[in-house]
Amino acid sequence: MADTSHDNRPLSPHLQVFRPLITMVMSIVHRITGAALYFGTVLVAWWLIAAASGPEYFAYVDGFFGSLFGRLILFGYTWALMHHMLGGLRHFIWDMGAGFELSTANRMAWASLAGSVTLTILIWIIGYMAR
Amino acid sequence: MMRTPLGEVRGLGSAKEGTGHFVRQRLTAFANVPLILAFVCILVSVQGESHASVVATLSSPIVAVIMLAVILSAVIHMRIGMQVIIEDYVHGEGLKLICLAFNSLFAASIGLLSAFALLKIAFGG
Repeated sequence: MADTSHDNRPLSPHLQVFRPLITMVMSIVHRITGAALYFGTVLVAWWLIAAASGPEYFAYVDGFFGSLFGRLILFGYTWALMHHMLGGLRHFIWDMGAGFELSTANRMAWASLAGSVTLTILIWIIGYMAR
Repeated sequence: MMRTPLGEVRGLGSAKEGTGHFVRQRLTAFANVPLILAFVCILVSVQGESHASVVATLSSPIVAVIMLAVILSAVIHMRIGMQVIIEDYVHGEGLKLICLAFNSLFAASIGLLSAFALLKIAFGG
């Protein structure tokens, strides 16, 4: 295949020329949360390796996740996970050929934002109550 | 009946995998919904617990299998997801190939490290 990256051809308009719409922003956020979760798996692997390594190293890693900075990361991680999951459910609805009406698409986009924030806060409330 | 050349394509298209990518993406996404919810429940239930208690939870067969399934489904899903991102934004053929290779290596490394840790815990290491 020809390398097209250096061709001086006209490009179609990209993100910066459009007024942000909720469906568009949620689509971008879906990709960003996906990429963040991708790199976030390092933390999951790190925690599992720590648990497999023994009490001393586990205490160290647990201390990191328990710190304010660690909790901030985990809170963001929880939200990214919930947002990406609800975004995925939105895609399932579209895959079945439904939810393409403008009003429905807009409502689903807002719902994925509101739902992700609600679920994240709910998970953390349960987490603090279970301590 | 009119048939376009595209309609008579042989060998599953230029990527030679037909709709395989799409189907795998959706299948793992579908599996991820209950698996990630279970994963979150497990993590919430062990947070703040001692090492011995965390290990005891993770080595119970059901928890261990759910965790292994989460890891497997998630690394497959994230590998195809990142592949799409790379194909969208990296246009140089050489760099794209390198990025795709690192993507596969990263997903495999995370999967193997996590699975090994889980099995070591489960089998009492």
